[in-house]
Amino acid sequence: MDYFLTEEQQMIRDLARQIAEEKVVPVRAELDEKEEFPTEIMKVLAQSDMFGIFIPEEYGGLGMGAMELCLAVEELSRACLGVSTSYAANALGTYPLLLFGTEEQKKKYLPDIAAGNKFVAFALTEANAGSDAAGIQTTATKDGDYYILNGTKQWITNAGEADIYTVIAITDRSKGARGASAFVVEKGTPGFSFGKKEKKMGIRASVTRELIFEDCRIPKENLIGREGMGFIVAMRTLDQSRIGVGAQGVGVAQGAYEEAVKFARQRVQFGKPVISFQAVQHMLADMATEIEAARALVYSVARYIDSGAKDISKASAMAKVFATDVAMKVTTNAVQVMGGSGYMREYPVEKMMRDAKILQIYEGTNQIQRNVIGQAIIKEAAKMKA
Amino acid sequence: MRIVVCIKQVPDTAEVRINPETNTLVRDGVPSIINPYDLHAIEAALQIKEKLGDVTVTALTMGPPQAEDALREAISMGVDEALLLTDRAFAGSDTLATSYTLSRAIQKIGFDLVICGKQAIDGDTAQVGPEMAEFLNIPHIAYVKAIEEISTQGIRVQRLMEEGYDIVEAPLPVLLTVVREINEPRLPSLKGKMRAKKAEIKKLTHTDIDAEEDKLGLTGSPTAVKNIFAPEARKDRKMFSGSPAEQVAALVEELKNLKCL
Amino acid sequence: MRIKVDRDLCTGCEACVDSCPYDAIEIKDEKAFINEYCQLCRNCLSVCPEGAIKEVETEEDRTEGMDLSQFRGVWVMAEQRDGKVVDVSLELLGAGRRLADERGSELTAVLFGASEDEAAKLIHWGADRVLHAQSPVFDTFNDDPYVELLSRLITQYKPEIVLTGATAIGRSFFPRVAARLRTGLTADCTSLEIDKETGHLLQIRPAFGGNIMATILCPKHRPQMATVRPRVMKKGEYNESRKGEIIKLDVEGLSSRTKVLQSIKEESETKVNLQEADVIVAGGRGLGKAEGFKMLEELASLLDGAVGASRAAVDEGWISYSHQVGQTGKTVCPKIYIACGISGAVQHLVGMQSSDIIIAINKNPDAPIFNVANYGIVGDVYEVVPELIKKIKEVKGSCQ
Repeated sequence: MDYFLTEEQQMIRDLARQIAEEKVVPVRAELDEKEEFPTEIMKVLAQSDMFGIFIPEEYGGLGMGAMELCLAVEELSRACLGVSTSYAANALGTYPLLLFGTEEQKKKYLPDIAAGNKFVAFALTEANAGSDAAGIQTTATKDGDYYILNGTKQWITNAGEADIYTVIAITDRSKGARGASAFVVEKGTPGFSFGKKEKKMGIRASVTRELIFEDCRIPKENLIGREGMGFIVAMRTLDQSRIGVGAQGVGVAQGAYEEAVKFARQRVQFGKPVISFQAVQHMLADMATEIEAARALVYSVARYIDSGAKDISKASAMAKVFATDVAMKVTTNAVQVMGGSGYMREYPVEKMMRDAKILQIYEGTNQIQRNVIGQAIIKEAAKMKA
Repeated sequence: MRIVVCIKQVPDTAEVRINPETNTLVRDGVPSIINPYDLHAIEAALQIKEKLGDVTVTALTMGPPQAEDALREAISMGVDEALLLTDRAFAGSDTLATSYTLSRAIQKIGFDLVICGKQAIDGDTAQVGPEMAEFLNIPHIAYVKAIEEISTQGIRVQRLMEEGYDIVEAPLPVLLTVVREINEPRLPSLKGKMRAKKAEIKKLTHTDIDAEEDKLGLTGSPTAVKNIFAPEARKDRKMFSGSPAEQVAALVEELKNLKCL
Repeated sequence: MRIKVDRDLCTGCEACVDSCPYDAIEIKDEKAFINEYCQLCRNCLSVCPEGAIKEVETEEDRTEGMDLSQFRGVWVMAEQRDGKVVDVSLELLGAGRRLADERGSELTAVLFGASEDEAAKLIHWGADRVLHAQSPVFDTFNDDPYVELLSRLITQYKPEIVLTGATAIGRSFFPRVAARLRTGLTADCTSLEIDKETGHLLQIRPAFGGNIMATILCPKHRPQMATVRPRVMKKGEYNESRKGEIIKLDVEGLSSRTKVLQSIKEESETKVNLQEADVIVAGGRGLGKAEGFKMLEELASLLDGAVGASRAAVDEGWISYSHQVGQTGKTVCPKIYIACGISGAVQHLVGMQSSDIIIAINKNPDAPIFNVANYGIVGDVYEVVPELIKKIKEVKGSCQ
């Protein structure tokens, strides 16, 4: 398939693929086994300008958009979803600053982020606030020129490794969801610490920890946007980044599919390579078709986002749901095609299957995504009536 | 300081195959790459630049016009400028003519340090580096596996030997050939790639480098290829058959007869 | 010489285009055209079904170069490390002896450093005379004095052929000598012969990363210089009663711009094992996993051998790079090389094909490794190797 990528887009895809194949594939099994954060790979990505793709040129980035970021994420995901999660979560954490940050905040943080000198995490989820973002307990209390943060964020990707955290906290509980605000908190601020490292089923090269705020004082300049905008900041950020999760789905599915094809060509049973059996061919055919459909949708939506479209919730939710459901199905079937070998850790597909599951869960479960799509359908239908 | 890195565009020899029918090389679809050892040379130069600051790194290659791709890749890794020696007069150069030509260009560019990969994977001769040093009348250190110290005055390096390594020092200007142990070459950066796309690659011909024509190309090459041929398969080969146990038994018998066991 | 296409005979069939390793043949106006990248390798001559590609003489062929008749004798530049002559120099004396006899000339060994006893040894190994220089400059290796003295000697004595080992030392200073003398040098020759008709040295070496062999000539310049890798040539006969002359050399005016501050010995075990082992058991991608090497280690230790690997296995991370055999790894020449699950990419073959006996175990009967093998077993390594281990244990047990 030809997606008519521009020369720059091809360049990004090719370089991301080169990094994935040369630097990620050789170590992915070990990173998974040891549950180790890929510090060295992040350095390579930084040095290759991969962290600057979506950041405007005036802040040291490449001034590109969702499509280009998706290409990079897809290629990394093809090799290792743990690595791509660490990379993509950096973008997730950056969007609040990019979309709502003041000029001072952008000047202060974005150049370092673009250069890969500073690593970012986004903190919304809490013990009682996951799919229901309005259940946030963490508070930020104004105290003169400062806010004082208290509370615990849970399951935060890149926690501990990141230098900059964009955190959603409640500034006015009486206003419910409208009482939330977004802040930027730097690592090392007194009163800011990390909980234990979570042990996960998959994406084990990424790090997931708690953020613990105990009377953590941050200057009021660290407020992103205005007080009360926290929920909007979070939703717009997720709308923007969701497509990246779709790209992760396409990438991991592609990686698993390629492994399955390679194996099916080599594995001989009943005197023939198993790929010559129709039962296997049909599985591979479905996998290939679904991946291509997912990719087409993800790229279309990414281009739609880059066109400056206002309401992207529905489209990006669709891309995320579809591509990540495909990822789960394709990785599972890749294991099936490879049989016993697929189940063994010697081959990468069992890891891909474990990894893929998170895509249906994080950045809004696929059930929540369907809610988003459903809400949009109701709204559209109502408009049509009127 | 000015560092000249000599690179070569080579076919990825791991991808070259022989057509068993005609006993000829199949180069269809074989990608051209920067000689892998030269990537280490580029990386070494870039690290020196990062360390010393006031350094210009020039990548130089000699080859057909397509060799420009290799130079653009060098720029995408971070070298400052790139020069391509391309001229019909250079065609058919052996290592001596190549070294002469490159050394003329290096003389023209000006240099404090010349870095090359230890050898090119297509020819594997490892001759061009030392021969260039001779033409430039500067010392060289081959098989450098680490640069311990460098200043504008001199350099101290580790030279790989069969039984270990030597610590060698030399004044600048000097030529180094480097081995893979010296560093891990960086990948290109996106900004570098974009810069490389737009960069102007200066092209030089034999008149630009004041070269003597009889020392160039085929005329300037003392060696000549008489013929090329595919290595023949062994005629005395013995293929066993039967179950693994039977085959192994037959092999062990053979080895016993040869008194190898 | 020039290669030309007879445009009347050429049908434009393009058969020659792919045969050219230098991309020097293009099709222009439906006829083959030889461009400037032609290296005169003559690969295309036999490929043309019409016989349209021909060699033609050019004016240059008729012009004389230097007077070749002044040059006589075969030289081997012997190499010493810590005062001991290294093996490759003795191997070259074997080859040099043969070449000198064929040319009806003398074999001279050149030795910088080391004792007179070592110089005498070179005579025992086949040299007619030794040019021996002793000086503290040769205690460590620096290129400058080697280049200066050898160039002086060659200019003075005018040998026809000069050989040295393709070692870290030989490969470093020999090219400079060739450049100073403006003569040709052929690296890593696997075979050296005399052309019966012309008397030129035929220097055969792998080209294109060992994918193909090339015969290199140095027709108009002397001396003809070549390097040869260790363990490629066989030593000649050692004869202590052999007589010869040792000429002491003047070592005035030698200096060096480089300076060796320290020599650090770093005997990596695997390196020694691999290159000096009589038996190498090597594994490739066909092993499928790192654990496969445990089995190969068992087999290797039974045979007092070492474990090698193909680049594919190293790239997979199953074993460290120090075990890699091949063009980008080590060249080995054991008595027995057992290739297990190695398909035999050329890059691997060039590093091991001069082994005395090659045993290949691979489940693909068409794997190229079987082309260089003396013995081939088609089967799963995980079935064959354990069987082999069992059998060898039996044989060993019955001997004791």
